[in-house]
Amino acid sequence: MRKSRTSETQFRAASDQSLLVYLGEEIAFENHQRVLKLLRLLQSEPIDCIRNLHPAYSSLLIKFDALSLDHDELQSRLIPYLGGLDREPLPAPRQIEIPVCYGAEFGPDLKDVAEMHGMTAAQVIELHSSPIYVVYFLGFAPGFGYLGGLPEALASARLETPRAKVPQGSVGIGGNQTGIYPFSTPGGWRLIGRTPVAMFRRDANPMSLLQIGDHVRFRAISEKEFTDLAGR
Amino acid sequence: MSAILVHAPGIFTTVQDLGREGFGPMGVSASGAADAVSLRIGNRLVGNPDGAAALEMTLLGGAFTFERAAVIAVTGADFGPSLDGVALPMWTSIEIREGGTVKFGASRSGARAYLCVRGGIAVEPFLGSASTHVLSGLGGFEGRALRKGDRVEVGAANSLFRKRSLSAKALESLGPRKVIRVTDGPHSDWFVESSWKTFCGNAFRVSEQSNRMGIRLEGPPISLDTSREMITEGVSLGAIQVTPSGQPIILFVEQQTTGGYPKIANVISADLHSLGQLRPRDEIRFERVEMSEARSLLIQQETLLASEEIIQE
Repeated sequence: MRKSRTSETQFRAASDQSLLVYLGEEIAFENHQRVLKLLRLLQSEPIDCIRNLHPAYSSLLIKFDALSLDHDELQSRLIPYLGGLDREPLPAPRQIEIPVCYGAEFGPDLKDVAEMHGMTAAQVIELHSSPIYVVYFLGFAPGFGYLGGLPEALASARLETPRAKVPQGSVGIGGNQTGIYPFSTPGGWRLIGRTPVAMFRRDANPMSLLQIGDHVRFRAISEKEFTDLAGR
Repeated sequence: MSAILVHAPGIFTTVQDLGREGFGPMGVSASGAADAVSLRIGNRLVGNPDGAAALEMTLLGGAFTFERAAVIAVTGADFGPSLDGVALPMWTSIEIREGGTVKFGASRSGARAYLCVRGGIAVEPFLGSASTHVLSGLGGFEGRALRKGDRVEVGAANSLFRKRSLSAKALESLGPRKVIRVTDGPHSDWFVESSWKTFCGNAFRVSEQSNRMGIRLEGPPISLDTSREMITEGVSLGAIQVTPSGQPIILFVEQQTTGGYPKIANVISADLHSLGQLRPRDEIRFERVEMSEARSLLIQQETLLASEEIIQE
């Protein structure tokens, strides 16, 4: 088992063609900032044998060309990048507003979530649309952002049986995370609302409305506004 | 442009190439052929670049008519292919006259057959690849499996046709395995020695619920240290994650890019194509190998695939 540390950084082989770089051991803003910096550095000054990058809360999975180099060689090529992390500036995050129609057919689990926490539906909406969330990473499906910053009072266990089909644009809560389903896919998060905005468009640049590091705020809208926005 | 008309689509036929790498930060997985070795060989037999797009059929093939003369090769699993009613050999290039119909039946062995056409299947690329990503409805032919009545275009060929076949020796050494070799996963130490014994000492059955996203396995439960909390992280192709119920799932070509279950092991790169040939109810076993062995097996396989000798003219 490959396991070694460089200050707070830990490396582990995930497969014969991928290396996990852990930049911390917990979900914390500073750890994520380091993930973001390493990702940006590797995107702006690419290492030629790297095939793909999978950022997450506190780690970055690097897929590489195993015919050209091995884990140890990649690890040593990463050292200069890791050494420069603290000096690497991050641009000011983009601010994204997502209009959401909460409840009714748009959020079939809103009532249950409210009951679970002894709140009214209005309180859940108020609480969910107050904070500024951070896009920790995109995963699960193209353009699906894992948002951090959900008020603890709203953390809700996933459904015991996931839905076979979650409508596109659904806004859900899964554990202490919240996110928007860009496509109609299976899903186990509790659905509290839906956005009429397209989260992933292949004719847009960038295709994904959300990018890693973005700041996101939800704005409660009426059913009429949902229909108007959806029609655009 | 020449085209193929779909008379019968089969159970699940999609356009696939070698996938799109590099879009993990957008949450887009690579996708691509489930048995990339069969696709690459098929392309070489018809004189295409390795990564040209082809039709990937699953368990039961379809029937396809060629609007114009074409050169094809059928690779992967044996679905009993025929051309206008006459049995068709596999792993060799074949000339098809205008209006010829190639028909496939049910799988006799393996799960996926490839119909490769000289010039490749021509679809608008999405993020640089023709591969279909079914979950999101992106890429391939309208982002979905083929249907009866579809007209799939074939690209222009720029090489002269020469009859080519795969050598019997290459076919044997590249054939799918039922003993899947694995290296330790990033959480291998969450699993005690007895869990590893369960994992390596028993056969696991491929569940009916398996697909291109994941291969679900049924077998004796693998126990793990549940006191440790897993933070969602990036996942690699072929990662074997263990769910709380102790059942393993192998993440496959249309995998999620991140995941929150601990991973005991990872299928070695040289055996990934074997996963693409697993059928529901097949039984597989796992064999633990060192990272260095996994790497030399991959180098060996790639050297064989790149060698001129495996293709006979």
